[in-house]
Amino acid sequence: MTECLQLAGGKVYDPANNIDGDIKDIYIEQGRIVETPSATPRKINVSGMAVMPGGVDIHCHIAGPKVNLARKLQPEDHRLDPHPGTEQTRSGVGGSVPSTFATGYRYATLGYTTAMEAAVSPIGARHAIEEFHDTPVIDKGFYVLLGNNIFLQQLLREGRKEEFRHAVAWWINATKAYTTKLVNPGGDEPWKGKKNSRVGNIDEKSDVIEVSPRQVIDAFIGAVNELGLPHPPHIHCNNLGHSGNFDTTLETMKTAGDRRVHLAHIQFHSYGGEPGKNPKSASRQIAEYVNSHPNITCDVGQVMFGKSTIMTADSALAYTLRGFKKAKWVNADTECESGCGILPFSYQEHIYVHALQWAIGLELFLLSEDPWRIVLSTDHPNGGSFMNYPKLIRLLMDREFRKEEIKRVNQKAVKRTLLNELDREYTLNEIAIITRAGPARALGLKNKGHMGPGADADITIYDEMEDKEAMFNAPRYVVKSGNLIIENHEFRRDYTGKFLHTEPGYDASIVDQVKPFFENYYSIEFDNYAVDDSYLHDHEVIASSP
Amino acid sequence: MSGENVKIVENATCTFCGCVCDDMVLTVDLDQKRITKAKNACILGRAWYAEHYIEEDAPAAMIDGKPASIDEAVEEAAKTLVDAKFPITYGLSDTTCEAQKQAVAIADIIKGSIDTTTSVCHGPSGIAFQGVGESTMTLGEVKNRADLVIYWGGNPAESHPRHFGRYAVTAKGMFTPRGKKDRTVVVVDVRKTPSVPAANQFIQVKPGKDFELLWALRALVKNRKISPNIEEITGVSLETIQALVDKMKNCRYGALFFGMGLTMTRGRHFNSGALIALATDLNEYTHFVAKPVRGHGNVTGADNVMSWQTGYPFGVNFSRGFPRFNPGEFTTVDLLAKKDVDAALIIASDPASNFPQAAIDHLAGIPVVSLDTKATMTSKLAHVAFRTATYGINTAGTVYRMDDVPITLRKAFDSPFPTDEEILTAIKKRVRALKFPKNQAGDKVPPGRASQKEHWKH
Amino acid sequence: MPETMLLVPGRSSKQGTSLNKGKFEDEYQEITSLVEMNEEDMVRLGFNNGDKLRLKNPVGETIVTCKSKKATDLPHGMIFIAYGPGSSRLMESDTAGSGMPLSKHLPVQVEKIG
Ligand code: SF4
Ligand SMILES: [Zn+2]
Repeated sequence: MTECLQLAGGKVYDPANNIDGDIKDIYIEQGRIVETPSATPRKINVSGMAVMPGGVDIHCHIAGPKVNLARKLQPEDHRLDPHPGTEQTRSGVGGSVPSTFATGYRYATLGYTTAMEAAVSPIGARHAIEEFHDTPVIDKGFYVLLGNNIFLQQLLREGRKEEFRHAVAWWINATKAYTTKLVNPGGDEPWKGKKNSRVGNIDEKSDVIEVSPRQVIDAFIGAVNELGLPHPPHIHCNNLGHSGNFDTTLETMKTAGDRRVHLAHIQFHSYGGEPGKNPKSASRQIAEYVNSHPNITCDVGQVMFGKSTIMTADSALAYTLRGFKKAKWVNADTECESGCGILPFSYQEHIYVHALQWAIGLELFLLSEDPWRIVLSTDHPNGGSFMNYPKLIRLLMDREFRKEEIKRVNQKAVKRTLLNELDREYTLNEIAIITRAGPARALGLKNKGHMGPGADADITIYDEMEDKEAMFNAPRYVVKSGNLIIENHEFRRDYTGKFLHTEPGYDASIVDQVKPFFENYYSIEFDNYAVDDSYLHDHEVIASSP
Repeated sequence: MSGENVKIVENATCTFCGCVCDDMVLTVDLDQKRITKAKNACILGRAWYAEHYIEEDAPAAMIDGKPASIDEAVEEAAKTLVDAKFPITYGLSDTTCEAQKQAVAIADIIKGSIDTTTSVCHGPSGIAFQGVGESTMTLGEVKNRADLVIYWGGNPAESHPRHFGRYAVTAKGMFTPRGKKDRTVVVVDVRKTPSVPAANQFIQVKPGKDFELLWALRALVKNRKISPNIEEITGVSLETIQALVDKMKNCRYGALFFGMGLTMTRGRHFNSGALIALATDLNEYTHFVAKPVRGHGNVTGADNVMSWQTGYPFGVNFSRGFPRFNPGEFTTVDLLAKKDVDAALIIASDPASNFPQAAIDHLAGIPVVSLDTKATMTSKLAHVAFRTATYGINTAGTVYRMDDVPITLRKAFDSPFPTDEEILTAIKKRVRALKFPKNQAGDKVPPGRASQKEHWKH
Repeated sequence: MPETMLLVPGRSSKQGTSLNKGKFEDEYQEITSLVEMNEEDMVRLGFNNGDKLRLKNPVGETIVTCKSKKATDLPHGMIFIAYGPGSSRLMESDTAGSGMPLSKHLPVQVEKIG
């Protein structure tokens, strides 16, 4: 069904292949980019337009148990934002947590063709994959939450590093995950088991688990790098959102040494000041460390003003935030593994902390020296919906616009940052890096984020416009796996998209260790836990290189 | 010949109630097409399996009470639904998620309403959830951690017999190694149900006064004063209420399970909301969770599929080309009793036997398409009736336990009848063809995972 | 004068197991038309086990069989029935905007027939 296409005369932005706005034809055949097609292609004239690889979201929350709870929770958010169906596409609802169909179509309408769900509990993996099946157009995968897994922590306590690595690999295979995710490692036990308390310091040992967050972090970085997963552990550091947390963030990065690691939504972890008091910006310290350590990649988790939904495996954090308004709140504990907290939220320009968070995110973008290692994200929907990406791009590309926006927010907050001094403007090439080429590379997706021969034919074509928000809001064409999905701004057809996962190797005898733990402490049978292959729709295993 | 061709299915899942026990060991007599033994099943589960047999002679499809081919019936069903001005789809709690997905797709295409049995069981709890949120958990957390368990307005001993043993009362876990000895169990109800003997304490509340009692508890948790007449109002003394508050505040991990004694009585979602809010409040002092005890095997799956596809858990209408949610307007009892709908697709449910009479009367007067594993009051009045395979026994597929944990079903043996998913997929294709005759390119989304395409044709 | 009592429909094990055997079987019909009543109420009202009673409210009526329950297990004035066609007949269809008809705690008039 895929077409043989010639995208003729466009300005090509393909940073991975050092192409920066050159006029060049792109050929597509059998879902891939080719040097020269074997048949006569259908020619589409895209002169005057910017041609880029499809966008890649390295960190968002779009599928699985917590996302669905957040959907169920907010009819008031959906009803303001209906998503009508067409003869080709299903209907749905939007808001900060859209229905699955609307999620896929809306990513496509921004020119994004890949998105990674950043936190799924192992027991919820089957659920996430079922939702992916109903999330059209985009390719997708997820990171499995293992940082509070009691069995794994027991192995660490006993110093069984080797078995730990096998067990991690078993869990990735059993859940069909892409990589491991750590969220507030070590923080679940005090939350669930010690009357809603929290860990403050990454060297603090829980008296039940007897391992510190730092030990957990170190062990995962070691294991995942040894397993050679295409993407390193994806870490949501301890103390998210708390004043003075930048220290924890630095310590977490130091724990990695020179080993690969990805830090999630680093904006939320770049706060100075004293715990319990108003935060200050520590973006300079964080940016400097990241700049000088090529083993680190991060995504920003930019805050955008307006409606958001806090949804996080950091349950204690969601509860802390609930304290402000005492509005509706969800906590959901997941046996032996994880949990989550959900809170409808909104960021407001006049509030000091919100304005500071917004400014810190922008500072991090503007202070970072290597666009390949800092990825554009809003931690959708935590910092705001992914639908804000075009506006965020404009904030980065358009200094005058940024100045106007800065004037509208809490000035006390702005003064505590460097924002007014930062004149940098991102180029289109740099935007192509932080939204596609960079995240694809950080994810180890060799066929994505670029347009060299053999790459997946995931391509977005924008009309070049002065107003970058308008430009990135409505691509004229979107090609997914060689299928022309959007043509002249309109959906031409539906498409399911691929599921991306990894299959790191492990010693099968580890199952004998996991199973007895299961039988004692889980509430489902061991043999019903792993997700079997019948759940895979169109999928691709991304190779590990141990 | 019986007894020779026998198969054992381990880790099978019982879908008779929301406990969705996945530790069944089924002995299947393949010649007789019967399950002769279901190890680990409770009394309800045993009956579910023991009474399951295939009525080989029954027609797979009927139109107006006369046997028809499946293809004819699919065509007639599709026409019925497309011709209707306002069709409703209802049921869905006793079938797989794979089938539920197809049902929502049909409703989307025909721009009708879709609703599930949730609206007449824990629909009010769903509404309460939307207002209050919920502190909740998977059942394994209760088994591992809970030292205080309260059942309110439910009778699991009879409706969910293994809830106590597997999850919440005698279950032994990580921090509750001695099971029952490590926890306190309280039952609150209007009558002394068979669940009461399992509890350390029974609190009898006056009928219809659950809200008042819950509100009094909330007030005392926050150290507020309550009416000195509280015993007169609720039937429960101030000392008893205060003692319960102390227990709740001082436990390590508390769990409140609630049943339809809250949702089906005066106050409905206010009752559920009060209980959820109580659990939320208690998190100021300790860790506390709440959970509705859901009835049908996959009613939780229906909530989940509806939510991810439409944004809303039940009571959804597509007439404007996108989902809208309005309980009381788009819920089935209302749509039928107000005579709003002019056709119905009923899946794995029997509203003709358990709805209010006014709703049944309207249902009897409109064309109905039904899918069920056996003859029901609804299938008897249906214009088109399909007989389908029983989920979890004759089909694979996915179900969600009452705590949102997804579980894959294992098929014990084949049924000659098609699955709900197959019939609904076939209807969807025909409905789409009738609605959009010029555009068939849209249906590129592959069929669900468990589908065995139209196997009845081979 | 018929007595007004509070009808509580609910689930029971027997209703559950008989449901599996089939709704058109006698057992299910029997179980869903059996009403449990406080034994002291029965004495007061002159009812015996096995008596046929008519339950009636403005919505409809149904005929049930009476069965005694210990006074400690069922409060005065309350009667219990397993869900089924009988309880349907007495349920109001107005859901007060919730989708849920009031299905428990239905005030009904009870009188012996025959
Ligand atoms: S408790 Fe429910 S799911 Fe478990 S065996 Fe009994 S009927 Fe089946
Ligand atoms: Zn995140």
